[in-house]
Amino acid sequence: MSDHITLHVARYRPEKASETTFDAFELPCPKEWVVLDGLNHIKDRMDGTLSYRWSCRMGICGSCGMLVNGEPKLACATFLSDYAPGPVRVEPLRNFPVIRDLVVEMGDFMSKLTRIKPWIVRQVEKPLSDGEYRQTPGELDEYKQFSMCINCMLCYSACPIYGLDPHFIGPAAIALAQRYNLDSRDEGAAERMQILSEHDGIWGCTFVGECTKVCPKHVDPAGAIQRYKLQSAVEWVKAFVLPRAAQ
Amino acid sequence: MYARRPIEPLLWLFFSAGGVMAALFFPAILFLFGIAFPLGWLAPPNYDHLLAVVSHPLTRLVLLGVCSLSLFHWAHRFRYTLYDGLQIKHLNESINAICYGGAVLGTLTAAYLLWKVP
Repeated sequence: MSDHITLHVARYRPEKASETTFDAFELPCPKEWVVLDGLNHIKDRMDGTLSYRWSCRMGICGSCGMLVNGEPKLACATFLSDYAPGPVRVEPLRNFPVIRDLVVEMGDFMSKLTRIKPWIVRQVEKPLSDGEYRQTPGELDEYKQFSMCINCMLCYSACPIYGLDPHFIGPAAIALAQRYNLDSRDEGAAERMQILSEHDGIWGCTFVGECTKVCPKHVDPAGAIQRYKLQSAVEWVKAFVLPRAAQ
Repeated sequence: MYARRPIEPLLWLFFSAGGVMAALFFPAILFLFGIAFPLGWLAPPNYDHLLAVVSHPLTRLVLLGVCSLSLFHWAHRFRYTLYDGLQIKHLNESINAICYGGAVLGTLTAAYLLWKVP
C-alpha cells in the first residue's frame, strides 16, 4: 500500500468564484487516518482557508457529514486507507445549499426536526412530588434504536425524494418522531401523526431505502417510515369502519 | 385528520398487500407452469382437474385478489416511478388516472374472465 493519498476537496468560496472547484492535496496515509484527519492535516499544514465542520471525531456529534467519493459518510468514521491508492473526492453533503467549501446550510433540517415535536409530550404533567416517569428495560428497547440518531443529515443527503422535493419532511425527522411515539412516557403520537400523515410526511417516501444504508448509527429510518405508514393506514381503516370511535 | 390526501393510506395498503401477494404467489405459479410442468420435473395436472380447481368459488376469489392487488401494487409503484424517475409530477392527474385506472380496468377484466370460467 502506498503511504500517500491524494484528496480532491471541493472548494466553494462565494467571494472569489460562483462555481465549485476542486483542489488536490497529497497527504500521508497512515492506516489509522480517517478522512477528517486528512482534512485537519490540510487545514493545519497546507491550506488554512479550508472550511468544514467537525467536533467530536468519534461519531457522536454528527458534524462532519460529507460526501466521500460521492457517498454520504461521517469524515471521522471513514478510513482513508479503504480508498487507497486514491484519489479520494471529498464534497459537501448533497441536497443542501453550500455555504462554503464543505459547510452546508442546515436551517431547513433544523426546522423540520422541531416540526415533529421531538420531546416527550404529556397531556397533563404530573407534579414533581409524584416522582419520575418510570420505564422498564423492555419499554426502553422499544424506541432505543431510533434514539441513536445524531442528526448528521447523511440520510437527507442520500434521500433522492428529499433531493427532488425539499418539502418532504425527511428520514431523520420521521425516525425521531417514531422514537418519541414508541416511548412509554409520551402521549404526543396523535399530534405527530397529524403532521406526518400529510403528503410531505410519510407518504412522500417511496421506500428507496438509501437512508438506512448510509446511516452511521444503524437507526433504520426507512423501517421507521414503513412502520409509520402501516400505523397510519390502520388508523385510516379504523376511522373508516368506526367513524365515531376515531373521533 | 387526513384532509389533504384522504386516499393515500388506502392506496398504500393496496400497494403493500399487492407486493406481498405478488411475492408469495407469482414465483410459485411461474415456477410450476413456466418451468416445472413444461420440463417434466413434475407431473402436470390434467385440464379437467385444473378446471375443477379454478371453478371453486374460493379459488376464483383468491385469484381475483392476487390479480387485483398486484395490479394496484404496480399502479402505485409506476406512478412514483413516473413522478420521480421522469420528473413529470405536473402531469399528476393524468398519471393517477392511467395508473389506478389501469389497475381498476385490469381488476374488472380479471373479474370478468374468472366469472366466465365454467
